Amino acid sequence: MKNKFLNIVFILVSVAAIRCDHSTDTVTVIKFWGLGNEGEMVVPLIKEFERRNPTIKVEMQQIPWTAAHEKLLTAYAGESTPDVGQLGNTWLPEFSVLNSLEPLDPFARNSSMVDVNDIFPGVLKTNIIDSVLSGIPWYVDTRVVYYRKDILQRAGYDEFPATWSEVLKASETIQRQAKAKNKICYPFFLPTNEWVPAIALGMQFGGNFLKSKNSQGNFSGEQFTKAFTLLDEFYRKQYSPSGMQLITNLYNAFSDGLIAMYITGPWNIGEFTRRIPAHLQNEWMTAPLPTMDSLSPGTSLPLGTSLVIFKNSKHKEAAWKLIEFLTSVEQSIEFYKITGNLPPRQSAWQDSSLASNTYIKAFYRQLQRVDPLPQIPEWEQIVIRLQIYVEYIATGTMTVDQAVKQFDTEVDVMLEKRRWLVEREN
Amino acid sequence: MKLETQHFTQTIMTTSSRTTAAWIFLSPALAVIGIFFVLPVLAAFTLSFTDFDIYALGNWDYIRFVGFQNYIRIVETPLFWKALKNTFYFVLVGGPLSVAVSLGTALMLNSKLAKFKSLYRTIYFLPVVSSLIAVAIIWRYLYHPAHGILNYLLSQIGIAPIDWLGDPDIAMPAIIIMAVWKNFGYNMLIFIAGLQNIPDDLYEAAHLDGASWWQQFKEITIPMLKPTTVFVVMITIIGYFQLFAEPYVMTQGGPLNSTTSIVLLMYEQGFRWWSMGYAAAIAFVLFAIILFFTVIQMVLQRSVRH
Amino acid sequence: MNKKKTQILLNIGLLMIGLTTLAPVLWMVSASLMSSGEAGTFPPPMLPKLPTFEHYLALTERLNMGRYFLNSFIIAGAVTLISTLLNSMAGFAFAKYHFKGRDKMFNALLAGLVVPAQVTMLPLFLMLKTMGFVNTYVGAIIPGMASIFGIFLIRQFVMAIPDSLIEAARIDGGSEFRIYRTVILPLCRPILFTLALFTFMGTWNDFMWPLIIMTDQSNYTLQVGLASLMGEHTLDLELMMAGSVITIIPVLALFLLFQRHYVRGIMVGGVKE
Repeated sequence: MKNKFLNIVFILVSVAAIRCDHSTDTVTVIKFWGLGNEGEMVVPLIKEFERRNPTIKVEMQQIPWTAAHEKLLTAYAGESTPDVGQLGNTWLPEFSVLNSLEPLDPFARNSSMVDVNDIFPGVLKTNIIDSVLSGIPWYVDTRVVYYRKDILQRAGYDEFPATWSEVLKASETIQRQAKAKNKICYPFFLPTNEWVPAIALGMQFGGNFLKSKNSQGNFSGEQFTKAFTLLDEFYRKQYSPSGMQLITNLYNAFSDGLIAMYITGPWNIGEFTRRIPAHLQNEWMTAPLPTMDSLSPGTSLPLGTSLVIFKNSKHKEAAWKLIEFLTSVEQSIEFYKITGNLPPRQSAWQDSSLASNTYIKAFYRQLQRVDPLPQIPEWEQIVIRLQIYVEYIATGTMTVDQAVKQFDTEVDVMLEKRRWLVEREN
Repeated sequence: MKLETQHFTQTIMTTSSRTTAAWIFLSPALAVIGIFFVLPVLAAFTLSFTDFDIYALGNWDYIRFVGFQNYIRIVETPLFWKALKNTFYFVLVGGPLSVAVSLGTALMLNSKLAKFKSLYRTIYFLPVVSSLIAVAIIWRYLYHPAHGILNYLLSQIGIAPIDWLGDPDIAMPAIIIMAVWKNFGYNMLIFIAGLQNIPDDLYEAAHLDGASWWQQFKEITIPMLKPTTVFVVMITIIGYFQLFAEPYVMTQGGPLNSTTSIVLLMYEQGFRWWSMGYAAAIAFVLFAIILFFTVIQMVLQRSVRH
Repeated sequence: MNKKKTQILLNIGLLMIGLTTLAPVLWMVSASLMSSGEAGTFPPPMLPKLPTFEHYLALTERLNMGRYFLNSFIIAGAVTLISTLLNSMAGFAFAKYHFKGRDKMFNALLAGLVVPAQVTMLPLFLMLKTMGFVNTYVGAIIPGMASIFGIFLIRQFVMAIPDSLIEAARIDGGSEFRIYRTVILPLCRPILFTLALFTFMGTWNDFMWPLIIMTDQSNYTLQVGLASLMGEHTLDLELMMAGSVITIIPVLALFLLFQRHYVRGIMVGGVKE
C-alpha cells in the first residue's frame, strides 16, 4: 500500500521533472571540451550554433593536446566529465571500457542530420566499439605520401610508384643520381621517432598486430616481421636517415632535395604551401600509400577525432544537437575552411573548396582504404612504445628478429590483464 | 636541592594536564599529516601489490591481488632501467655540478674583496623563487634550435647550431644546465650561512702563520664546512632523485625517452595509462633508492661528527 | 700585491654569474613587450622596437589569466594561513612539552621527509574523489594544511626560547593555550612570517597537484593555466613570456620585499646540526 503511494509520488515528480526539462524559457548550458587548437578554432561555429539554438548555451573549454588524455581520465575519475567531448578516435576504447560513453545509435537512428552511411566506412568503424556507436567522427585524418614530383620524374616515375618494391627501386635510382652529383640524398624519410610508418607498413602486409582476441602481441608474427624487415631495408641502404639529427627542419630538407618522400597527414598541406619556396610549389604532390602487389592504393590508418556524449551528462538532447550541428556537411566544410581539417562525410568532399585542392585527392582515395586498428585501451601505449623499437632497428642496436621478439614480450606484459579478462569470459 | 624537589612535584602534578595540552596542540597537524599523507602512503603500498588499472577503475571487480608481480615487472621493463639510468645521470652529474656552483658562488660572495654582496645574492636567488613553468618557457626558447639565443651566441663563435632538446644525447645535459641555473641559489645561501659560522680567528691565526689562500681553504674551510656540505648534498640528492617537472614541461621525457625520469615514468604509468598498481610500485622502488642514499649520507654524517 | 688582481677577477666573476642568472629573466620581460612575431626573428632582438601591452591584455581578457591568478591567490593564501597555524601549534608542542613517545614521533615525522610526494598522489586522488573534493579549492588546499618541514622549522626556533618565560607565564596562572597565544606566538613572529612566506611561494609555484586535482579550466591555477597555454600557443612566444611574467611577479615581489625573512628560514632549516 505504502509502496504504491510512493510509486505514484515518484511518477508525479518525474513527470514534473520532465515538464521542467522541456520548458523553453530556461536555457540549457552544456559543457564542451575541445582539444588543442581546434578547441579555439571552433568558437565561431559554436557562436553560430547558439544563434540557431537560443535555448542552448555552450560552455567551451580548451584542453591542451599534450595533457588531454590525462585530463579526460582524471575528469572521469573525478566525475566531472563535460557533456560533449572531443576524443582522438583511438581513445574511444578506453572510455568505453570505463563505460563512460553514451551509446549514440538511438540518437543517430532518428536524426535527420547525421547520416552514418555517408561517413567514410573505415573511420566510422573506429567509432563502433563492441558494436555500439560511441562517437560521431568530427574530422578525419589519415597518412599519405608527400613527394617531390621533379625528383621522382628524373628517376623515371611520372606517377608515384604504386608498390613498395617500386618505391625501393625509385629510391635506389634517386640515391644513385644524387651521388653522381656529389649530393647527399635520403630518398624516403621514415622518422625514427614515429610509429606511424611502421604501422602503415604493417598494414600493407595485412595488419594482424595482435592475436587471441587482441590479448597477445603478434608483432613477431610473419606479417609484421616482413613489414619491419622492409623498414629495416630503408635504413640499411640509407634510403632513410637512421637518426633524427640530420633532418632538423623537414621543410628545408624537402626543399633542398635532401629528402624526396615522406609519410604524413593533412595538416602538412598548409605547412608545405606556406613553407616551401615559390619556385618549388609546383614540384610537390601527395599520393596514397603504395601497396605490396596490386595496383589499388595501399591501406592506411583511420585517424581523426570524434565527438562523444559522456554518460554523466544531464543534457544529452542538447549535447546531441551540438554534435549534429558540428558534424553536419555544412559545418564540417566550414571547419575545413578554418582549420584544414578534413570532413568525415563523403558528400562534403564535393564542395568546391575541397574538390579544387589537388593535394587533397590523395586523401580522398586513401580514406576509402583505411582499416581499423585494434580497439583496445592498451593500443596507444603499445604504439608509443613501438617507436623505440623503430629506433633500435634504425640504429642497428637490434636485428629485426630481436626487435619484434622483445617488443612482443613487452606487449604481452601490457596485455596481461586483458588476457585474464578474456579467459574469465570463457 | 630544595628548589629542584619543588619543581619536581610541580611537574608531576601538572604532567597529565600538560600532556593533554600538548596533544591538543599536536592533533590538528598530526590529523592532517596522518590522513592526507601517512594513510595515502600506506594505501599506495597496498596498491602496489594489486593490479589496479583502467579496467579496475571501470569495474572494481577487476582488481586482483598480485603479490610482487608489479615489482618483478618493473625489473623486467627496459624502460624502467632507462629511466633509472637517466635519473642517476641527472643526480650524479647535475647534483655535484649544482653543489659545486653553489659552493663556488658562496665562497666568492663570502670573500671580503667582493662588492655589492647583497645585490648579487638577491640576483642569484631570483631563479629559485621563479616558478618552474615560467622558467621552462624561457629556457625552451633559449634552447630553440633555429632562433634561440644560445645557438645565436654559439654561431658568433663559429659553433654549428645544437638541437638542445631534440638530440637524445644533449637533452639531458640541457635539462641539467637549466636545473643548475634554477637551483644553485638555494644551496648557496645555506653555504653562506655555514661559512659565516666559521670563526674568523681561525683564518686570522692561519694568516699569521703565513698560510696561503689555498691552504686556508683546505685546512679550515673544507673541514669546518663539512656538516653543511653533507646536509646540502643530502637534500640535493633527495630533491634531484624526484626529477619530474623539468622534463615534463621541457621534453615530455623525449627524445627517445632520453629524459624520462623515474617520477615521470610513474606519472605516465599512473595518470596517463592508469596502471595505478604498477605506478605505486615504481614509487616505492624510488623510495627505497632514496632511503638507501639517505642512510649512506647519515652514516657519513655520523663519521664526520666523530 | 696580488690582492688587487684577485679582487678584480673576483668581482668580474660575480658580475658574469649575475648576468647569466639575470639575463633570461630580463629577456623574458623584454620579449613580453614585443609585438607578435618580433621575438622569433633572427638574430634575437634584445629590446622591443615599440613596447606593447597587448599580450597582457590578451591574457587577462581572452585567456582567463585573471581567473587563474585569483585561484592561485585563494589557494596559496588559504594554505598559508591554515598551515602556519597548525604547524606552529605542533612545533610548539614538540619543542616545549615532555610526553611519552615525543622524540620517537618526531623522528618518524622527519623520516617522512624522505618519502617522495609523488608516492601519495595516486591514493590521495582516489581518496579525495570519494570525498567529493576533486576539482574543488578544498581538494587543492588539503594536502598543504600541515607540513613536516614547517613543524620542524618552528620546533627549532621555539626550542631556543627559554623555558623560564613559559614557566613565568604558568606561575601567573595562564592556561596552556594562552601561553601559546601570548608568549610563543609573539616571540615566534619572525619565524612564522618566514614560514608563511615559504608556504605561500611554494604553493603558488606548485604545479603537479593542482594539475591533477583541478579538472575544470575555471579552477586552474596560474601554473597549470600557463602550462596549458604552453601546449597551445608555442608559437606565440611574446604571449607566453607575458604569461610567465604575470606568474613570476607576485612571488618575486614578495621575495624582494621580505628577502631577510626568507633567507633566515633557509638558514634556520639548513644549519640544523
